[in-house]
Amino acid sequence: MVAHLVRLKLTLLRNGLKRSPWQLVGLIFGGLYALGILGFLVAGLIALRGAEAELAQTIIVLGGVAALIGWAILPIVLSAADLTLDPARFTTSAIPMPQLLTGLAIGGLLGIPGAATAIAALATVATWSQTVLSALGALLGASIAVFTCIVLSKVVTSATVSLSSSRKFKDASGIIAFIPLMLLGPIFFFVSQGLQDSAAFLPDFARILSWTPLGATWSVGGDLAAGNVGAAVVKLVVALATLALLTWAWKVLLARALVTPAYSGGSSKSSKKLGLFGVFPGTPTGAVAARALTYWFRDPRYGGSLVVIPLLAVLLVFQASQSGNFEILAILGPLTAFLMAWSISADISYDNTAFALHLSTGVSGRADRLGRAWACLILSAPVVVIFAVGPFFFTGSWEWLPMVLGLSTGVLLSGLGLSSVVSARYNVAVPLPGDSPFKKPPGNTAQTLLVQFAGMGVLLLLVIPEIALLIAQSVTGQVLFGWLALAVGAILGGVLFSVGVRLGGRWLDARGPEMLAQLGVNR
Amino acid sequence: MTAERPDQDLPATVHDDGRYPTTTPLDGVLADQAPTRLPVVPVPSAGDHPALSIQGLAKAFGGKIAVDGISLDVPAGSFYGMVGPNGAGKTTTLSMATGLLRPDFGTALVHGVDVWANPLEAKKMMGILPDGVRLFDRLTGEQLVTYAGLLRGMDRDVVASRVGDLLRALDLGKDTGTLVVDYSAGMTKKIALASALIHAPKVLILDEPFESVDPVSAANIRSILDSYVASGGTVIVSSHVMDLVQRMCDHVAVVSGGRLLAAGTVDEVRGAMSLEDKFVELVGGRNETEGLEWLRTS
Repeated sequence: MVAHLVRLKLTLLRNGLKRSPWQLVGLIFGGLYALGILGFLVAGLIALRGAEAELAQTIIVLGGVAALIGWAILPIVLSAADLTLDPARFTTSAIPMPQLLTGLAIGGLLGIPGAATAIAALATVATWSQTVLSALGALLGASIAVFTCIVLSKVVTSATVSLSSSRKFKDASGIIAFIPLMLLGPIFFFVSQGLQDSAAFLPDFARILSWTPLGATWSVGGDLAAGNVGAAVVKLVVALATLALLTWAWKVLLARALVTPAYSGGSSKSSKKLGLFGVFPGTPTGAVAARALTYWFRDPRYGGSLVVIPLLAVLLVFQASQSGNFEILAILGPLTAFLMAWSISADISYDNTAFALHLSTGVSGRADRLGRAWACLILSAPVVVIFAVGPFFFTGSWEWLPMVLGLSTGVLLSGLGLSSVVSARYNVAVPLPGDSPFKKPPGNTAQTLLVQFAGMGVLLLLVIPEIALLIAQSVTGQVLFGWLALAVGAILGGVLFSVGVRLGGRWLDARGPEMLAQLGVNR
Repeated sequence: MTAERPDQDLPATVHDDGRYPTTTPLDGVLADQAPTRLPVVPVPSAGDHPALSIQGLAKAFGGKIAVDGISLDVPAGSFYGMVGPNGAGKTTTLSMATGLLRPDFGTALVHGVDVWANPLEAKKMMGILPDGVRLFDRLTGEQLVTYAGLLRGMDRDVVASRVGDLLRALDLGKDTGTLVVDYSAGMTKKIALASALIHAPKVLILDEPFESVDPVSAANIRSILDSYVASGGTVIVSSHVMDLVQRMCDHVAVVSGGRLLAAGTVDEVRGAMSLEDKFVELVGGRNETEGLEWLRTS
């Protein structure tokens, strides 16, 4: 039975790859990346063999604890728990519990994260290969460690399955997970600074951790190498007890999960509130705008791109405070304008087949385009203005304000016009409705990239007048060019916006059914 | 199309200026749902145009022919069932007839208006429940139906009163403020149906309307549809529940392998047999249960 489960997992992995060659390409790149990092890790662990024993012990224990915590947290945060062997699917096939547990645990090893953890853990055997005893101890410790990681992750995912299958949690975690990813640079900076400041404290910290269930299993080899046989035996007992306890908890949770499937329904609510539909004009354009704006707040795929904007500001301010040069903050306005305008360039792809409603009601392409652009404009105009003006409180070079405002306006309006055309014509690969914004979207990645790059190139062409005026002001220092840019940005931008909406609307009217047929492919 | 009476070409529910009327037969239907109530609106003269007329519709996906030249007329005021096995081309045919999928060949006319030459006018007369498409499910049920109404350019107050009626009639009154993404499958079907009814169409085209709908709601939907037909509307449903089609519909078309096998009134098509037996005879592929002798409890 265990062999059956393992074979099932392998078959699922293989069939997953067969679905499209692109997935294989993605796996190869992901695998190469993981392999590179893994290579570094293994080489480092082997090199630690020659290093001071205390240093090696500190690094391995802290690294091991970090890996364990990662296995516990990442599946929930990324809502990417490995569901290929979802216990809920075995409810109807009566598999004895011990065999189910063993099968699922070994199944968890197969796959990139499991294999990488196992290889890195086994590399610690090389670190502690000074004596046969310490090598054996490290081997034992590493094996326990790997299974502790997997079982811990299973415990956490089965304990939170009802939480993590609720839509609201999925929505929130999808957006929140963006934040640490975006702020990776500053976080890395502060953590490394903190580590430098507390370098003296780390060995003690590792020593304390090594007596806890988190670190015990990682320190067995090191203690044996240092000759502390008694400590090693106690830690081995702690490690085994931890694994046993976690396995028992998993068994209890799994037994419960097998008889009570996750309930993910919401409570019913009745209200007489139409939300934004009561605020916008009761026209097709107003309805589209109300719907689009509602989605900006309710759909995590849109929320994800919204949350990027303030983080970007934080990132730039951090960058500027590091270098002491605040002039760079001036790009915040135009950059935000670009990001916001471009964010609706795949709007119909985000709708997916829900777009059928627009087609069956016969709403005009122009109302569709204008409503979406309008919603985005309402949302982005205040943000862009704040981000365009804000930096001048840092720099004080107010003579550039008209220029930056003009460039931001030009980029925003021209960009919205361009996005209205692009999203009416091209179906690009985006995460499906309800999926995490992180999830790799199905569909034609090559076309998506081509559309994105070509679109950005065209936008650059559209704002050439503003850029020319920017260069003129840099060379001559005349503020007049800044005021000209403000006028050009508003007028030319306005014209391009309206041309984009009309052209996009006409294309959509002509090709609506074809668009829907393409959207149906990516379901 | 008669030259003497050009007015007949104009759909009765759409005013000359293209705006939607404030009262329609459906209002009466929804306000008083008693299925026994006699129609107050006279059945339109069926002589001029069929409610839906499709001629030689055909569609191929890649090299695979999904629909291979289907022609049929749906008389105005009829309750028309389209039945066929899985993959018969029902959804493809209905998509082409409703302007959602461009046909390779053939035409579709709704009350004489060409769906593909004159889509706006045709779509005003049609209420469509497509199968297998998503909804804007981050809206609440009430918002979604309101959205469907406003997209059609209807007046906001008319939309608001009809949304209330529709949601109550479809037992969704308790869930108006719930996001559609949190609805069950049956509730999702019902809210999609409400979106198709909001503009009081002349022709309702429903693809698998009873799938995953509970029996009580199904009965409610049927009584709404019955009253709607009684008041002069035309309903076209696709289904593979023969029993339901036999009880509910007065006309039926049997489709298989992208071709039309039979069409007419239910009694004409089924003859002396039950519709289910006739369907199996037409479509074929029935296995006598042999070879499962071990599947016995004794």
